[in-house]
Parts: sequence; structure tokens; C-alpha cells
Amino acid sequence: MSDHIVSWKVYVAVFLALGVLTVLTVVAASYDFGRLNLILALGIAITKATLVVLYFMHARYAGGLTGIVIAAAAAFFFILVFLTLSDYTTRSWSLTGY
Amino acid sequence: MSEVSSRPGAAASPGPLQHHFADLKQQKAAASLGMWVFIAQEVLFFGGLFATYTVYRMTYPEAFSAGSQHLSWKIGFFNTLVLIASSLTMAMGVHSAALGRAKRIVAWLLATIFLGSLFLGVKYFEYEEKIAPCFGLGAGPGCLVPGERFDASVLHVAVDMAPQTQIFYSLYFAMTGLHALHMIIGIPIILWIAHAAWRGRYSAEWHTPVEIVGLYWHFVDIIWIFLFPLLYLIGTH
Repeated sequence: MSDHIVSWKVYVAVFLALGVLTVLTVVAASYDFGRLNLILALGIAITKATLVVLYFMHARYAGGLTGIVIAAAAAFFFILVFLTLSDYTTRSWSLTGY
Repeated sequence: MSEVSSRPGAAASPGPLQHHFADLKQQKAAASLGMWVFIAQEVLFFGGLFATYTVYRMTYPEAFSAGSQHLSWKIGFFNTLVLIASSLTMAMGVHSAALGRAKRIVAWLLATIFLGSLFLGVKYFEYEEKIAPCFGLGAGPGCLVPGERFDASVLHVAVDMAPQTQIFYSLYFAMTGLHALHMIIGIPIILWIAHAAWRGRYSAEWHTPVEIVGLYWHFVDIIWIFLFPLLYLIGTH
């Protein structure tokens, strides 16, 4: 957990990348790619979130314990969504019509 | 107090080190881990709303598209840029703290507060346009608060789709509202930390409170990074 001081240029680079990805997500939404639209939007959002976690939140330079907490948060979020959907998408009276 | 003063090298003033920690490094590690655990809990707090959103968007894709088309992507785009800029100023504040430059911490934190307030100001006008018409006020196109006064004609959808678009707007207000609440709580905390920095409480050796409020602010930014495409950019724009 020692202080790892990154150059301010890294932060500016991350900010610019976030800006470019924000423009990209708007441009991607202006085309009709069918189901791919949602995958693109989520892919870009996950990329942006990863940049924020790794660089702005210093997770890249933090200890392994921080990594475990982040992995646990992601795992429990996955369980929450996956189990909810496995229920809703497999019911005969399903709202979703599947 | 006797323990503090009995520690070798301890000054008369107890300093930032609390007596139950061996050294500042351990104190910092414990504080950061605590904040990360809080953030993990926040992920699941918002997670319930994201799961609800997923189920209803799968169920009513056309209504979600119609509801989303009415939101201004330009305003959402502007606010996204404002919020990522506020994350940059916050990261620069933490950077200044690590270098022990107190005056710069204050300046960067104030810039963060300004950008956060700008975001909330824009959000206010977005809400006002949708809420005021429910009370016969304002110049908005129509009431979009779910309930008896919800005006689906604004969205140009069939009458039978109206209740479904109310679900979209329920989630819109719940998700952006909870996000905005996090910012409303965050801004006074940043102000408090900026005040402490102004008083010279932080140094290159000890500035964990600045780092921790930074973690919180970046987390709030991440939530918006997901909300923007999920709420504003459904369907071809």
C-alpha cells in the first residue's frame, strides 16, 4: 500500500480516453446494429469504468486485498443479475415472453 | 493519551496517527480497505436497480426505447463530460495531496465541487421540465412523473404502451435520483476535506481522507458512466 505517485499526465491521458469513449458511445448509438448496440454500449461503459478504477482510483497500484474486494463486488453483482435473469427468463408465465 | 506520548518520537501533539494503529501506513491501509468494502456494498445497492432495469428492459424493449428517445442525449452527453472532468480534478487533488501541496489540494477540490454542482444544476433543469407540468407549471412538454398525471402523449406511443413507459420513467427517476443523492452527499464532504486541507491538516505522509473522498467521487462517476448509455441512448438516435 505504499504511495505510488503517478505523473499528472497519466490522469490527463485517462480523462481524454474517457472523453473519446463517451463520444464513441454516442456515435455507436446513432447506428442500428440490432442487438449489438447494447453489447457495444456496455462494452464501452465497462472499459471506461475499468480505466477509472485502475488509474483514478489507483487500484492498479493498491494491494491484493483491494483487488479481492473489487473482484467480490463484481462477483456478487453478477450473481444478483444472473440469478434474477435465470428466474425471469425460464418461467412459463414469463413477463419477458421467453 | 499516555500511550501516545510514550511512543518513541511522538510529539506533544498526537498528530494524525490514532492510538490503535501501529503506524500511518497501517492506518492508511485499514482506511482504504474500509472504503473499498463500502464501495462494494454500494455496487450492490445500485445493483438492485440495475437488475430491475435489466428485467423490465427485456420485457418492454419498445417502451424503453420510446422513453429513452424523449431524453435529451445532448444534455446527458454534456453532463457525462462534466462528471469525468470532475473525476480528473479530483484525481489531481489527490495527486497534489500525495505531493504535499496543500493550496493545490484546495484549488482542485473546489474545481471538483464546481463541476459537481454544474452537473446537479443541469440535472435540476432536466427534472424541472418533467416534473413542473404535473402541477400545471413550467414550459415542459408534459408530465413525465409516473402516476395519474403521467402524460404518455409526449412520448408518441400507443395508449396501451403508456403504463410500460411509466416503468421506464420510474427507473429513470430512481436511478438518476439515487445517483444525484450521492453527489449531494459528496459535495459537502469534499468541502469539509478542502477546509481541512486549507488548515494544513494533510501532508505527503498523511492525506488518506483526501484519497478516500476521491474513491467515493470516482465511484459515483462510474455509476453515471453506466446510466448514460442505459437511459439516454436506447434505440437509434
